[in-house]
Amino acid sequence: MNSPQTSQLLSLAIWLPILGALPLLLLGSQRRDAVRWLALLVAVMGFLVTLPLFIGFDNREVAMQFVERSPWISRFNIFYHLGVDGISMPFILLNSFITVLVVLAGWDVIKEKQAQYMAAFLVMSGLMNGIFSALDGVLFYVFFEASLIPMYLIIGVWGGPNRVYAAIKFFLYTLLGSLLMLVALIWLFLESGGSFNILDWHQLPLGMPAQGLIFIAFLLSFAVKVPMWPVHTWLPDAHVEAPTGGSVVLAAIALKLGAYGFLRFSLPIVPDASQAMAPFMITLSLIAVIYIGFVALVQSDMKKLVAYSSISHMGFVTLGFFMFNTLGIEGALMQMISHGFVSGAMFLCIGVMYDRVHSRQIADYGGVVNSMPKFAAFFLLFSMANAGLPATSGFVGEFMVVLGAVKFNFWIGFAAATTLIMGAAYTLWMYKRVVFGEVSNHHVAEMQDINGREFLVLGILAVAVLAMGLYPFPFTEVMHTSVENLINHIGQSKL
Amino acid sequence: MEMTSLYLLVPLAPLGGAILAGLFGKAIGRTGAHTVTILGVAVAFIASLVIYFDVQAGHHYNGPVYTWLQSGGLKFEVGFLIDPLTVMMMLVVTFVSLMVHVFTIGYMADDPGYQRFFSYIALFTFSMLMLVMSNNFVQLFFGWEAVGLVSYLLIGFWYKRPTAIFANLKAFLVNRVGDFGFLLGIGLIAAYAGTLDYHEVFAMRLDLAATTEVATGWSLITAICICLFIGAMGKSAQVPLHVWLPDSMEGPTPISALIHAATMVTAGIFMVTRMSPLFELSDTALSFVLVIGSVTALFMGFLGIIQNDIKRVVAYSTLSQLGYMTVALGVSAYSVAVFHLMTHAFFKALLFLGAGSVIMGCHHNQDIRYMGGLRKYMPITWITSLLGSLALIGFPFFSGFYSKDSIIEAVHASHIPGAGFAYLAVILGVFVTAFYSFRMYFLVFHGTERFDQLPHDDHHAAHDDHGHHSAKPHESPWVVTLPLVMLAIPSVLIGFFTISPMLFGDWFGESVVIDAIKHPGMEELAHEFHGPVAMALHGVMSLPFLLAMSGVALSWFFYLKRPDIPEAIKQRFMPIYTLLENKYYFDKFNDFFFAGGARLIGGGLWKAGDQVVIDGVMVNGSARVVGWISGLVRLFQTGHIYQYAFSMIIGVFSLLMFALFWTSGT
Repeated sequence: MNSPQTSQLLSLAIWLPILGALPLLLLGSQRRDAVRWLALLVAVMGFLVTLPLFIGFDNREVAMQFVERSPWISRFNIFYHLGVDGISMPFILLNSFITVLVVLAGWDVIKEKQAQYMAAFLVMSGLMNGIFSALDGVLFYVFFEASLIPMYLIIGVWGGPNRVYAAIKFFLYTLLGSLLMLVALIWLFLESGGSFNILDWHQLPLGMPAQGLIFIAFLLSFAVKVPMWPVHTWLPDAHVEAPTGGSVVLAAIALKLGAYGFLRFSLPIVPDASQAMAPFMITLSLIAVIYIGFVALVQSDMKKLVAYSSISHMGFVTLGFFMFNTLGIEGALMQMISHGFVSGAMFLCIGVMYDRVHSRQIADYGGVVNSMPKFAAFFLLFSMANAGLPATSGFVGEFMVVLGAVKFNFWIGFAAATTLIMGAAYTLWMYKRVVFGEVSNHHVAEMQDINGREFLVLGILAVAVLAMGLYPFPFTEVMHTSVENLINHIGQSKL
Repeated sequence: MEMTSLYLLVPLAPLGGAILAGLFGKAIGRTGAHTVTILGVAVAFIASLVIYFDVQAGHHYNGPVYTWLQSGGLKFEVGFLIDPLTVMMMLVVTFVSLMVHVFTIGYMADDPGYQRFFSYIALFTFSMLMLVMSNNFVQLFFGWEAVGLVSYLLIGFWYKRPTAIFANLKAFLVNRVGDFGFLLGIGLIAAYAGTLDYHEVFAMRLDLAATTEVATGWSLITAICICLFIGAMGKSAQVPLHVWLPDSMEGPTPISALIHAATMVTAGIFMVTRMSPLFELSDTALSFVLVIGSVTALFMGFLGIIQNDIKRVVAYSTLSQLGYMTVALGVSAYSVAVFHLMTHAFFKALLFLGAGSVIMGCHHNQDIRYMGGLRKYMPITWITSLLGSLALIGFPFFSGFYSKDSIIEAVHASHIPGAGFAYLAVILGVFVTAFYSFRMYFLVFHGTERFDQLPHDDHHAAHDDHGHHSAKPHESPWVVTLPLVMLAIPSVLIGFFTISPMLFGDWFGESVVIDAIKHPGMEELAHEFHGPVAMALHGVMSLPFLLAMSGVALSWFFYLKRPDIPEAIKQRFMPIYTLLENKYYFDKFNDFFFAGGARLIGGGLWKAGDQVVIDGVMVNGSARVVGWISGLVRLFQTGHIYQYAFSMIIGVFSLLMFALFWTSGT
């Protein structure tokens, strides 16, 4: 496996959905059935081509796998350079998997411009895969920025009443964050003597002031994406206004980009600065876990509540990263994957109710279980997963990060473990007010239980959540080599 | 059959039943649902029996089933530890659960959620079995939380009732507070022992005891034990995490017997016993356990005196009895704690199911003030409840006598800090227990018949048009009375037959570890023990027996002879009554301080932090700054050519001057 593989699998994972979106646009939204089925076909194909990445993956290989490299802009030494390791590969699968569900979720609900809607998600899916597999700084940056466009459109065109404010807030927040990253990329290009290869940068010796500045430049960009406290306030607005599918992709995949950036850029390129900044990062993460937990408790809008719970869960991810131990980093990665399933499922559940009652307010519901028992069962499973119950995927990452944190410092573990209480409190309190009780009004009484398509979508996610909760072994096996390699790398000073 | 597959069968059979009844309940119907779940639990019980004999023959087992995950040098596994302690718990859990399943056929006969209920109780059985059979902390935590989940589902079973869905949320959250401590305990073990396997951890216990926790500076073993015990306080409802248990009576009665008396609440007691090798090394932790247990044993008993809901009386007696078990743990009498756990499981399940039978007989009235004289109408329920009550108050030769008297003796023999207070608490507790138990017994089964005085609210009145109201109480069907009889037998007998091997033989073997030099209590007890008959005869002349009898006599006098006296006492000591009626204000405090406080903090952070500071000042503020600067810059964009030309000239002039001085300077 040492020789660079000549497969085109990563290119396929990127371009198949993007190119598949073109015929959708040509078909036009009048031909709904053709559009939907074609979109589903492209999404499923897009997922199928990622499976060989998992099956053919060599768990013990340190180097990048499925590498593709050809010159792109020779003048600046920019390459079309792709490859994955145990850290990035799972997210390509997750992303392509979620895309299938998003297409299914938009099946009946999206009435306006359905062709464009589906196309936007497929393009986005391809771009996300590009972000996770790019090994060239410029290529990464192009994918990273380009992915803003479809999301901006999804919120701005198919969103709620306040969608323009939310879309612009989302766009400016993330754009401003990433501008400094561009500066850092160019500086690294010059410093490394003309290379945009991220792997070269990993080996590049850097002095401390430079490391610090680069860390901060990356931090601003990635922290907004994660989002970390205190640059998180775009997320609740974006979620509230986004259509269900948009929220799902935003929560399940887009939030992972920032976290992934820390692992691919900050930690390996500037290890000494990362070590020095760790206390600061851990503090921000714990604030996210605790502060946001309290804030989530008082939300009256279900989407906002889940959005805040996402921020809190992502706090666990950044906490896990900056403890620099295996349990922490692998736990954080597990938390990222699980959060993809669980938050996606939570937003889908809220979407199911919204489609029927057209409200996201907790107060407009009550007693949903009476009219939608099947739905209530799914919603309970996902709520419990959100609260980190063992045997669901939500438990795995939280458990590992808490164990890692106690090992790192008891008090940090103590602070992190409060999520056990807060997570259960805000999730189950919402569940109680929405689902349990007598039927509260005629809207709820008229709600129809989930149809076959909704059952399929939630059922697939339920299987994923339980499977990962009961047998997380294959997931961590994929990561070990890359994570160990990363930790060793961070341990070696570049000064 | 291979023993290992038999081990697997024990939890999986109820799980299979739960899945069938839960997912395909409509397809298999009511009969199908109770058949598959009862079959599953019965299979588990029979398999447990087989395993019991195998363990008796000396075959212990400790091994993995599969590796759950692996990370950072830690191996997380699912696996079984089969030893005498485990197998005893398996028998208790499966037997009580089986009885509850049968009882449920009668009790839930009219409920539309019949299949769902069977699915839940079978799932509960599975969770509890996973908990007790585990050989490592990960699976223990899985069972621990799964039990919490199922109790959440069961307490909220009647999800339309506001009280039920309040109670189930409260139960889950309070348990989560305990789990918080429990998780930290597991975290400490993982961090310092580097393994989560029981035996590997126990093998390192002396090293752990010699270690100081780095970040806190505490003794590591004490920190571990106290963290783990906080988990036990949640599950086993010890003060101040006891508040969920009385409220959980909102669920259907069978679950009270299954979860809130016989099994789930015993998880904490079981866990501490399992961890005895660790607890033995920390007297601080043991004292903590002891004091918490004594407070629970005594003060929760007082609350039982003033309850009028039949289920709540039994619930408070459960709290108090759990306190007794915890006290036994605190004085290193682990085997006694588990012994009481076992006897209590039988007689408390009996009492709860008896209460359920009474409730059915009284057409779903639960208020003991409106019962009375039921012994005429419900003879089987009456006799079995009497036996259960006698066992509870520790009447000689009954199972409860052996376990409770052993606890009292063990406390008496102990010298660790807090033992004096604990002795007082358990001795006084005997009187209190006897008083409230027989208060309930007399009010329900003896005295004047008061069931026609029940005031009806309008809601129920509609149902009672067809003379339902005036109907006499009736004995329950056989599916209800059979479990009562089956539970009454061990309630009476099991103590007599098992005390010698369990407490003073080496039945538990290495599953319970006691440091006999530091904690010689059990040895002293063994020294004084001369067989169950002698113990019972000696018990008749002892102080606890006198206290119990005076409790019974006093309740007889108060509630049958002179019912005016309790009322007078209540009026005379109104402040105390108010304190008890408000359950020492725990609920009000929690509601106000924790629930209210959290909402207040959340609202404050959201409004002040997110909306004002971050969005208001930072985000929109920077937008305003941009707007302000562009406003300034806009002033230059006048559109007048002469202004642009003028500024150009000034610019060129300044640049020239700058270049001139710059070059001349160098």
